[in-house]
Amino acid sequence: MTNGLADALLAARLLAADRKLGGMVLRGGGPARDLVLQALRGLLPTDTPFRRLPGHIDEDRLTGGTDIAASLATGSLVLQRGLLAEVSGGVLVVPMAERLRTDIAGRIAQALDNGGGFLLVLLDDGEGPDERPPLALMERVAFDLSLQGVRAADLHCDMPETAVAGGTPSLESEAMSALAATATALGIASIRPLLQAAAVARAHAMLGGQDSVRRADLEAATRLVLAPRATQLPSEPEAPPPPEPEREPEEAERPDNDEDDDSVPDIPEDLLIEAARAMIPPDVLELIASGRAQRSARGGGAGRRTGSALRGKPLGARPGMPGGGVRMALVDTLRAAIPWQPLRRREPAPEGAGPIRFRRDDLRVRRFEERATTVTIFAVDASGSAALARLSEAKGAVELILAQAYVKRAEVALVAFRGTEADLLLPPTRSLTRAKRALAELPGGGGTPLARGIALARQLADAVMSRGRTPFLVFLTDGSANVAADGTSGRAQANADALAAARGIASAGLDAVVIDISPRPRPEAARIAEAMRARYLPLPFADAKALKAAVTLAAEPQKKRA
Amino acid sequence: MARFPFSAIVGQDEMKLALLIAAVDPSIGGVMVFGDRGTGKSTAARALASLLPPIMVMDGCRYGCSPDAPHTCPDPCESNKASKRPVPFVDLPLGATEDRVLGSLDLERALRTGEKTFEPGLLARAHRGFLYIDEINLLEDHLVDLLLDVSASGENVVEREGLSVRHKAKFVLIGSGNPEEGELRPQLLDRFGLSVEVRTPREIENRVEIMRRCASHDADSEAFAAQWAEEDDKVLQQIARGQKKLAKIEVPDSVLIDAAGICSAVGVDGLRGELTLMRAARAFAALKGAKVVKRDHLLHVAPMALRHRLRRDVLDESGSTARIDRAIAEHFK
Repeated sequence: MTNGLADALLAARLLAADRKLGGMVLRGGGPARDLVLQALRGLLPTDTPFRRLPGHIDEDRLTGGTDIAASLATGSLVLQRGLLAEVSGGVLVVPMAERLRTDIAGRIAQALDNGGGFLLVLLDDGEGPDERPPLALMERVAFDLSLQGVRAADLHCDMPETAVAGGTPSLESEAMSALAATATALGIASIRPLLQAAAVARAHAMLGGQDSVRRADLEAATRLVLAPRATQLPSEPEAPPPPEPEREPEEAERPDNDEDDDSVPDIPEDLLIEAARAMIPPDVLELIASGRAQRSARGGGAGRRTGSALRGKPLGARPGMPGGGVRMALVDTLRAAIPWQPLRRREPAPEGAGPIRFRRDDLRVRRFEERATTVTIFAVDASGSAALARLSEAKGAVELILAQAYVKRAEVALVAFRGTEADLLLPPTRSLTRAKRALAELPGGGGTPLARGIALARQLADAVMSRGRTPFLVFLTDGSANVAADGTSGRAQANADALAAARGIASAGLDAVVIDISPRPRPEAARIAEAMRARYLPLPFADAKALKAAVTLAAEPQKKRA
Repeated sequence: MARFPFSAIVGQDEMKLALLIAAVDPSIGGVMVFGDRGTGKSTAARALASLLPPIMVMDGCRYGCSPDAPHTCPDPCESNKASKRPVPFVDLPLGATEDRVLGSLDLERALRTGEKTFEPGLLARAHRGFLYIDEINLLEDHLVDLLLDVSASGENVVEREGLSVRHKAKFVLIGSGNPEEGELRPQLLDRFGLSVEVRTPREIENRVEIMRRCASHDADSEAFAAQWAEEDDKVLQQIARGQKKLAKIEVPDSVLIDAAGICSAVGVDGLRGELTLMRAARAFAALKGAKVVKRDHLLHVAPMALRHRLRRDVLDESGSTARIDRAIAEHFK
């Protein structure tokens, strides 16, 4: 896959030609990404503002407002311009966009909606589909492109040149229908990508100096805008056509390419849909195959981080700068400033100074104690040995706990292991809808790769902790492992690996509970629990309600500590 | 740039109707819009706000006092003159803090001059207009509580930081969210008056029509707005007529009995559901220019008035709209 770079450079040209396209997401690809940014800079007028958005930016700095520290120091109102205003007409680059806080993302989305007049470039370093930039922003930029797999040799390419602006090319009804049909075939529900695709087709035609949109333009729009957002494969046509040849990306870039069919009515919808099938990026294909495409609705990895300076039980004040939602503790600030007044009055008064002279060091801000969100991670043994009846009980328990969690707004994640693999069926979520679906789709049968299940649950717990939330692990298993960590079968090795993984949970200090779901309590599950230093709950005759009670009980002491 | 005209929105009839009902009778208590991204939720809400005729506001009033009831805000209104202002539409950003929403102590003035003054927040700005919250399901709970409380009482009471301020804050609350991305607590959901589910039109013709209209809006928004001015005007007249009729419209006992019947059939407990259903039916009848509320009016608005009040059944996969339709079909066989 080398055309990632060519596509990104084409996208840069299109963005320079039509600012309304919003911007682009660039996934991965260090040097290639720099090259694209450099190209974009070269395509825009030299005085275009180009700003990077630091992840720690506060709301005042983003949208502007009173500069409290400066106002106090000078004794007069000092306003600061926000970054969003400064970047107007330019390019806003967001590094590590997958970790952008949702409040910041919301502000940027709002600015874009209100005609912010800047291009947004989201640099996405996330791993996998559950770590993506906030959806609110992904929706508002036309391009979502991957630079993964670009080789060093590809970097020696010509920088694109600034396009000569022409009139807006016309987009015929047939062409619109073709795009709309393609979007539907690819399972794209939102209208935004469709509008973006139409705009991209127009901009692409404009770059080619055409006065109407042709087939190549529609194909480019499909490849750049629609295909990366596919959530399903277009259904097979009746007669399987010969496989589409790989398109040369350069072809689309040549302004004067002579397509043999250049008038729009010659584009049957089916042809475009068929072409779209070949254009879906491989990683998206993989997602579709696993049934998870476009469901990564979490909206950004670090999004849910809640500031303990914002709410919770008051803890008293500490020195610091107000702003970004952090509130000033007025009385404490005064208390800090008063003792210094005689000394400060000896110095010449700054212009417009009030009765009390403040310094930046006097500022005190409020602190609050906040209980971290709990994420309950269920690791469900879906193997043949944990008979299917048990599995449905486990499902019932998860659903009941989920219904409760959703009232309390805690989060739930689901890991299942069977055969030789462990899978993350549900990343941490509050959504009942998604959880129900993931559970309904949970198949049973096969071997018991317990070690892998534990390892994956641990990995998830670490990720949860790194986001400032408290994980709680619930293992539903009979403890009889028969697939080792390396995927080979063999009871002895499998058990040894499972115990090793379990000890890892203990050494990481994670809270866990092991629920033995075998028909008769067995020593294996108890041993696993012991190695994990987790509570062991044999539930030979438990139904879903009893399971829930057990988990709620087990989670109690851990909650008190939090 | 002119806003996208309300009448130019393709399809989405239920959402448009819910917004119109809320415009006719703001006491209905807000509209919750469920749906995927990119379905035109915020476009419709904004379009409705800009469609409504401008309101008269006392000059320089930070709380949007109406000339009919001047000097009712915490500030003494300095001027006695009033001027036209567009109906406020406040878009609440996701990361908004309590301070910004409620209003807060004007820190700068407090520190410099020692004066204790109140700096009005977004609630004051939304007075007599619309407060739109995208992704309300991602908003922090305590803020949602607070917003619903103010929207129900029509008054914002601030008792903090040594301030004691109350001012009017009557607005139509419009929340939107995608249940796939996290749900709203049932207690909060129940407090919304109406709820609608929006989907993107799947028919190719409709989608092409949307593309066509958006393209002409982008190309020349003023000309596009002019093209739709007549249609928008009709909607405006419909709202005005509805508002006028609302007080006079009759609700016969038979309709009240029907309303109670539907509520008990779908298992909605609490008075709120019944009252909202009745109000929505009345506003709908007023919009239609009827003199009396009929059973058809009631049945038409029943899904939007009740769907979000149904007890959630974790194991029942069938949607709430289907459950209401089923109950209605059984009840009025």
